[in-house]
Amino acid sequence: MTSKPAPSIRVDLQLIAQMIEANSRVLDVGCGDGMLLAYLWHVKSVDGRGIELSSEGVNACVSAGLSVIQGDADTDLAEYPDAAFDYVVLSQTLQAMRAPRQVLIELLRIGKRAIVSMPNFAHWRLRLALLFTGRMPRNRVLEEAWHDTPNIHLCTIRDFVALCDSVGITVERSLFLNDQGSPSHFGRSLALANLLGEQAVFLLSSRKKPPTA
Amino acid sequence: MKAHERLHSKLPADRRNLPGHRVFLGRDTPLQLDCGAVLADFPVAYQTYGTLNKNRTNAILVCHALTGDQFVAERHPVTGKDGWWALMVGPGKTIDTDRFFVICVNVLGGCMGSIGPAEVNPATGELWGLRFPIITIADMVRAQTMVLDHLGIEQLFAVVGGSMGGMQVLEWAALFPERVFAAVPIATASHHTAQNIAFHEVGRQAIMADPDWCDGEYWRVGKRPHRGLAVARMAAHITYLSESKLTKKFGRRLQTGKALSYGFNVDFQVESYLRHQGITFVERFDANSYLYITRAMDYFDMSARYGGQLANAFRDTKVRFCLISFTSDWLYPTPESRRIVHALNAVAANVSFAEIVSNAGHDAFLLDEPDFRRVLGGFLAGAAQHRGLAAPNSR
Repeated sequence: MTSKPAPSIRVDLQLIAQMIEANSRVLDVGCGDGMLLAYLWHVKSVDGRGIELSSEGVNACVSAGLSVIQGDADTDLAEYPDAAFDYVVLSQTLQAMRAPRQVLIELLRIGKRAIVSMPNFAHWRLRLALLFTGRMPRNRVLEEAWHDTPNIHLCTIRDFVALCDSVGITVERSLFLNDQGSPSHFGRSLALANLLGEQAVFLLSSRKKPPTA
Repeated sequence: MKAHERLHSKLPADRRNLPGHRVFLGRDTPLQLDCGAVLADFPVAYQTYGTLNKNRTNAILVCHALTGDQFVAERHPVTGKDGWWALMVGPGKTIDTDRFFVICVNVLGGCMGSIGPAEVNPATGELWGLRFPIITIADMVRAQTMVLDHLGIEQLFAVVGGSMGGMQVLEWAALFPERVFAAVPIATASHHTAQNIAFHEVGRQAIMADPDWCDGEYWRVGKRPHRGLAVARMAAHITYLSESKLTKKFGRRLQTGKALSYGFNVDFQVESYLRHQGITFVERFDANSYLYITRAMDYFDMSARYGGQLANAFRDTKVRFCLISFTSDWLYPTPESRRIVHALNAVAANVSFAEIVSNAGHDAFLLDEPDFRRVLGGFLAGAAQHRGLAAPNSR
């Protein structure tokens, strides 16, 4: 539909894009400057929407022709009808939400599937850093000092999977990035992924049928 | 000189020789107004810029605000000043007339050539005056669809407007969604609040309290309620600016000298500015038109037609929306735009929404705000791509 070259995007966004079928309806929650949405529009002809808190991000998105609204995922997801989207994406944002559990439930109310990517606080380097320095650990995904970070609800891969289980959410697929930034399955062992995975991407669906609108 | 020509010559603007187009509509099918009255064979004035493409798919309707008119992007024939959106509309500009065919219609009730209280009622040979029926925002939009029919345009690429223009955009999307591909309501609201109505009532009372208003029949006696209309404009103008803009522009600075006059002449610069706004306004605007159009805005409440649920106005809409508000606009503040966004989200409509940081108040949509231009231009470019309109550089 367009002659523009496919934009190149971050590896974690590529993993998300892999999980999304062409021509589907996607809501990107916390879409930033719209990198994923632009990619999905140009490469997968996706009917994409976004919510972004920062006005800089919103201006950049709308200026690039993306359908994005200025809004707060903690409050604004409630407006959308049930099953309005094929996928709702929350990339590197869950840990910055005031109410991550509620947000997670909302994602799977308004989307038939949800895709969540997150930094893993149980990565071995972070564990060692805390053990040996006694200071809040930082890495290239978690760059800010504890008093500067928007990440108020950090968790581990196992924490996240446990939360999904407790609210009736099925993990359909999980992908991990090691600290070289390359995708890895870690022999499909969750314990190993929790130790060696720096970031995780999950494809989620609701265990019970979503209520129809 | 014929009787109605003599009447015309007493009006603020000589509308007999205005540039642009004027067409008589409703000859075969009259326009049914919300109030129950019917308009047949009535004049509507409009202006166009750019060229309509072969498929008639590149038309953008710009809807003007309360005191705007169809002269969007040219020297105004009455005031001699630049068109009210000359910054935005023109060759190579945000609304690029090299690419789009831009139409702007003088609203029903207006005083730049479209039917209104200052036009001649052919049934009586006199001006309509207060015998003109009350019109609504939806009536204005229905008249605009008749202009589109006249031009042979099935679907607009976009409808764009700020303030009352934005209300027309919302009505377009609600009443004629199949005729709109993209809708851009700017600095607007889905209904007039008590505060909005209150400010308008001050303006109307100022006009009607002027002895020269003569119960709305000032044109019979060769008078015009200059003072009342000027006060109405002054009060309204305050609502178009932010407190910080006024402070920055004028503060408490004095107009002449360094001392207070201890009288009621113009002491402060802001007084002089407002008086100037009032005086220049009456040269180009009709007092009765002001009554009618402010009334139309006060009656505006989109959700009322839809059982109080604004979302029902947009159910199953395919229109692509882009709402834009400004941080310092207290006339139609951001929560009003957000209310519309919420309704559109509730029906999973395709919507963009940006709040632009500006200290210019409501008037920001008329001014040079780079972020605003970038957002509007980017939205239109994206929508054009979705509509399959050729990019300007590929032609």
